[in-house]
Amino acid sequence: MSYVPHTKDDISSMLKTIGVSSIDELFKDIPQALRPKSFNIPPASSEFEVTQHLKKLAAKNATHLINFVGAGFYDHFIPAAVDAIASRSEFYTAYTPYQPECSQGWLQAIYEYQTIICELTGLDVSNASLYDGGTAIYEAAMMAIRFTGRNKIIMDSGVNLIYRTMLYTYTSNLNVEFVEIPVVHGQSSREELFKHIDDKTAAVIMQNPNFFGAVDDHSDVVAEVHKRGALAIASVYPVSLGMLKPPGEAGFDIATGEGQSLGIPLSFGGPYLGFMAAKKELVRQMPGRIVGATVDSEGKRGFVLTLQTREQHIRREKATSNICSNEALCALRAVVFVALLGKEGLKELAEHNFQKAEFAKDCLSRISGVQVKRSSPTFNEFTVMLPRHADEVVYRMIDKGFACGFPLGRFYKGLDNYLLIAVTEKRTKEDIRRLSDSLEAVLG
Amino acid sequence: MKLIFEKHKEGRVGFTYTKADVPLALPLEAKYCRKADVHLASLSELDVVRHYTNLSRLNFSVDTNFYPLGSYTMKYNPKFTERIASLEGFSQVHPLLPQLLGGGMLAQGSLEVLFETERLLSEITGMSAFTMQPLAGAHGELAGAMLIAAYHKDKGSRRKYVIVPDSSHGTNPASAAIAGYQVKVIPTGPDGYMDLVEYQKHLNNEVAAVMLTCPDTLGIFNPQIKKIADMAHEVGALMYYDGANLNAMLGKARPGDLGFDVVHLNLHKTFATPHGGGGPGSGPVGVSESLVEFLPIPRIVRRSDGTFALDYHRHKSVGYIAPFYGNFGVILKAYAYMLKLGKEGLIQAAELAVLNANYCRVKLREHYDLPFDKICMHECVFSASRQAKNGVHAIDIAKYLIDKGYHPPTVYFPLIVKEALMIEPTETESKETLDEFIEIMIEIARLSKENPILVTQAPLHTPVKRLDETKAAREPNLRWQQ
Repeated sequence: MSYVPHTKDDISSMLKTIGVSSIDELFKDIPQALRPKSFNIPPASSEFEVTQHLKKLAAKNATHLINFVGAGFYDHFIPAAVDAIASRSEFYTAYTPYQPECSQGWLQAIYEYQTIICELTGLDVSNASLYDGGTAIYEAAMMAIRFTGRNKIIMDSGVNLIYRTMLYTYTSNLNVEFVEIPVVHGQSSREELFKHIDDKTAAVIMQNPNFFGAVDDHSDVVAEVHKRGALAIASVYPVSLGMLKPPGEAGFDIATGEGQSLGIPLSFGGPYLGFMAAKKELVRQMPGRIVGATVDSEGKRGFVLTLQTREQHIRREKATSNICSNEALCALRAVVFVALLGKEGLKELAEHNFQKAEFAKDCLSRISGVQVKRSSPTFNEFTVMLPRHADEVVYRMIDKGFACGFPLGRFYKGLDNYLLIAVTEKRTKEDIRRLSDSLEAVLG
Repeated sequence: MKLIFEKHKEGRVGFTYTKADVPLALPLEAKYCRKADVHLASLSELDVVRHYTNLSRLNFSVDTNFYPLGSYTMKYNPKFTERIASLEGFSQVHPLLPQLLGGGMLAQGSLEVLFETERLLSEITGMSAFTMQPLAGAHGELAGAMLIAAYHKDKGSRRKYVIVPDSSHGTNPASAAIAGYQVKVIPTGPDGYMDLVEYQKHLNNEVAAVMLTCPDTLGIFNPQIKKIADMAHEVGALMYYDGANLNAMLGKARPGDLGFDVVHLNLHKTFATPHGGGGPGSGPVGVSESLVEFLPIPRIVRRSDGTFALDYHRHKSVGYIAPFYGNFGVILKAYAYMLKLGKEGLIQAAELAVLNANYCRVKLREHYDLPFDKICMHECVFSASRQAKNGVHAIDIAKYLIDKGYHPPTVYFPLIVKEALMIEPTETESKETLDEFIEIMIEIARLSKENPILVTQAPLHTPVKRLDETKAAREPNLRWQQ
């Protein structure tokens, strides 16, 4: 039997101690009428059989394609040391560090994670992580609503549609007013934005680089938001922060993002890592776990979960969020990844991504009928206009061995011929040239 | 231990990338760029590996210590599922692949895993359908509350209240409140069950749902559960099942048969996926027939030719709960676990979990107060009230256990039990381990009478002694700064 150590003798002696004659007697509180109407589960299999079955399923997924799809989720290289640390079962078979004396490893790792998130974003405080980049935006919006006592949220439509949709879903039963600002030439329209920011506005949510890949300096937007007493929320791509202006420098109050690019595999959509950092005056509105440094009874430094009066296990229906566990193991991957790279490595990673995407732009712009959008600078992802429906081009490129990009028409009306292309450090010059040649052939 | 940042040495390198193979482009304008490099330590790979390896050794974990943390089902996490989750065919798949035209065929393996896991969970719980999207238990609760809201809205009724018992997990009222509901709390009667007279008083057509844990947080199965469900249904309210304690019920009772309409499970509890130090979890939500149309999109469907596809055309769907299809890497491990155990293994898990909990209950009940002394399910809840009279509180017992190498039970929960000690041994622990633990617990009970200071001064053998939590909260130090 699987993973249970009881011998027959153990069971009979334990039943005797308990004073019952059978295991069934332990379940006598469940009335017969409530017993399962069916329980059609296949019989047990061996480890070998299950492994073979799942290897077969894994082989049905395509891993041969050269990937240029990003759209918020990126194919970066993961150093082996990240896997090695995340495979330490002293980390992965522990739970939330409620008992600090036997969880200092976890608590210190999370404190270090919080530090790197603050350093990356240029903000004061970070929590111990959230589920993903989308729930992080939702939590940030709710923080702003509580903090300002207002209920209007302005979102730039350069924010990933997946996240905007999540935000609508989460607030559908609440009294929250949303305004979406259209993107003009790949950038957020200042004119439209400024028109809508008013004294009812709780927050303005921007993404950088935005969904089209465009890099922006939102300092002017933030200044306008602050003039009206609202909060400015940024959703950012952490790898880009090795190069780009961090949200804190632009004046944002809260930064959120998807941390998947920091050493976490794509894994078909999860588990990922939502991160959140904020100015320190917002710390008591933050959701989720937070680790703090303190001292023990002998004055030695140690770490604990802190500011817990925000949380559901204390405050119940008055808590800042219902979140209980975070994504600790993913946060561990992120902190190990960033620690390994260090300041030079992080800069180098950002540089490679930027340079390779620029090279891809050059190559693709030489294809007749392909127009690389250059109205804004970009980081590692950019938009091209094709002479044909992008869906069809993507379809034909799969045969050539490429996942060549994300067709923007899926998320934006009127952009059927547009393709969003991501180029990470894993794509070689050769990959990019072949992409360009194949695209030319498909369009020819 | 020093922080990673305190081990910095200028000039060290932990990881290098291949030299750029493309011509250099013009840099971005300065206004888009950061003024200074990210302030991080420079370290060698060994520096980093040794640092985190040594940190890992400061944790108690299931693989190193008995971990009877009630409510969290800290059972053994089989190793083979880790290997499966790291197969490149699973770990390297971009979640947008199946959303590309013709891309559905590129992720058939992953879609099949999701589809089959939904089917297995539906059968285990007696529900009509599942969504795998929710990313944790509390996230499942929120998703469930949103489904309940969508259901009532569709019926044209705006209901205001969600009922929870006072023994509920904190996440229940928090999730209901965040979904837009007001919370009504029903007290527990002297028999340990929810007070049905009070319950009846609060039930009316403004109640959207009743959220219950079953077996409840005292580890007791309420034989009146069907009656409670029928009463809710009579006023048009839905029954919500918090699946934290499903481990006790595998093959013994199914929430669907008990009258529950919405169910969340914790794959990291019942289905043995690692807790990861507090996530990632997975909190799939199952529903009865009348709520299927509100489940989040995309739904995973099997076409007539046996292939799998994503279906977005559900106009009553609540929308997206997660960016994609859930915590796939976690779901995969739970799927492998279910296949490995099979029907008999799952039933046996419930039986031996209950056997272990009752063994602890009977062996310790002379030594500790047992507020509700009856056969328990997967966990038993003691009170340290007797010990507290001598100055030994639940927290002191916890710290003494740490000194002896045991992770403590959950303490001070459920809130309705003073000085609560909630013990959930799980089925994967042996009689020998339980006997050793019980012996220490008895020793603590004895010391509490004879020499309480030996308990209250604990822990003595840990990397840090008791920490000043007040200072941590009053003078928050939440990040390292030079």
